[in-house]
Amino acid sequence: MGAPIKPPLPRWVADVAQPVGALVLFVALWEMVCRVFHVRAYLLPPPSAIFTDTAQLAGPVLMHTLATGETVLLGFAASVLVSLPLAVLITSSPLIANAIYPLLVLTQAIPKVALAPILVVMLGSNELPRVVVTFLVAFFPLVLSIAAGITAVPPELIELGRACKASRWRELWRIRLPYAMPFVFSGLKAAITLSVVGAVVGEFVNADRGLGYLIQTSTAFFRVPLAWGALVLLSLMGIVLFQVVVIVERVFFPWAVDLDKQTV
Amino acid sequence: MIVLEGVGKTFVTRGGEEVEALAGVSLAARRNEFVCLVGPSGCGKSTLLRLVAGLVAPSAGAVSIAGTAVTEPRADTGIVFQAPTLLPWASVLDNVLFPLDMMGRLDAAGRARALDLLALVGLAGFERKYPRELSGGMQQRAGICRALVHDPDILLMDEPFGALDALTREELTIEVMRIWAERPKTILFVTHSIPEAVLLADRVVVMSARPGRIAEIVEVDLPRPRDFDMEARREFQDATRHIRELIFGSRHGRAH
Repeated sequence: MGAPIKPPLPRWVADVAQPVGALVLFVALWEMVCRVFHVRAYLLPPPSAIFTDTAQLAGPVLMHTLATGETVLLGFAASVLVSLPLAVLITSSPLIANAIYPLLVLTQAIPKVALAPILVVMLGSNELPRVVVTFLVAFFPLVLSIAAGITAVPPELIELGRACKASRWRELWRIRLPYAMPFVFSGLKAAITLSVVGAVVGEFVNADRGLGYLIQTSTAFFRVPLAWGALVLLSLMGIVLFQVVVIVERVFFPWAVDLDKQTV
Repeated sequence: MIVLEGVGKTFVTRGGEEVEALAGVSLAARRNEFVCLVGPSGCGKSTLLRLVAGLVAPSAGAVSIAGTAVTEPRADTGIVFQAPTLLPWASVLDNVLFPLDMMGRLDAAGRARALDLLALVGLAGFERKYPRELSGGMQQRAGICRALVHDPDILLMDEPFGALDALTREELTIEVMRIWAERPKTILFVTHSIPEAVLLADRVVVMSARPGRIAEIVEVDLPRPRDFDMEARREFQDATRHIRELIFGSRHGRAH
């Protein structure tokens, strides 16, 4: 009947081809601008220079990337391990919440860049202060979202648990925490992105390797394309880690993804 | 079976104000009796239900079931809430089994009973589905199964059809009567709907608000099994008009 309806684009075109196409176009434009206007490399290096300079040092760059990755993951793991019990504690009683919240806010009010050198003196010139800075940058939104999730459970479900004589422990594990999962994952997504930021802050202050360190040393020697290469790798790391969190949520908590969509 | 003697409940609000939700409520429900509670918002119907469930302690008077005082939730009561509040991460079957699981009483017999109940409410074949795949009415059916899975003697229903559309509501009203006929229980059923109360109940407890008191207990003199055709009967209309008069005052009652 009537004119045939134009079939919509296949999903993968919208999901993959369009963003990739836009990115390729952007990079090509960048390259062209650099070449046509003879932009000096230390002001804005063309993508080709960024690529060749970084690829030349593939071995050391990989080492720096792994070093930063380690700091990011250790800091992220620390923030998860601390945030979960902390959120449970905060939500367990208003008294504890009133005692802990000001302290939490205090840790957030301190500029992490200012704290980092002090931490280095305290903890020594090693991996530990970098992990601590990463943790301090990343854990706060995670605590808040887990706490929000734990308290967002419908009161009827809590009544149901009580009517079934569930212990508080059971109530937490079987009702509150599963219910909090969509909140936990939105916190994890924020935390993993912030972990990359935190690790670089830590490296700027004290490090002998890592992508943050690489950016500092290469700009000091005007090897700007290499610094840009480190920057690109940092963004890629952030994107990949974020996507890993997204995939973990989709695979292990598919219902949480559905709830996310309902609330949006 | 369920006895309330001079029960009062006073809540303290966040601001420290005292609010009297219930005052001087005395009520006795016989074994396997179907009792509906109707009244305006704020008349303490839901509070009364939670007192019987042992979720809330009375400020005055006493609540007892089968001769023993209710001081905590009991294993022989089941509750259905206004919203189905199913666990989104659990299948329909696991949701129905949830109370048994929480009580540490999950066994093959319980599983068989859950499947039986699901078949009874017309959810056979939906055991492995997730709540989000079900309509509101189907979710509430599952909620009813969940309340019945540990085979309680008492079923407490807090406006269970309040969130459903009118057609689903009628369907489930008939369903509840059928379940009650097949598996007799003492039911306390809170509702805003006067016709629903009259159709369902042996006795309708009419409540007034602020503080919540029992205005009158109306006996419903309709034969069972009942269906919606009975709305045309004189006994049905007399009962609904009388209840309406009790709630709104006589003038309003006559106008309708």
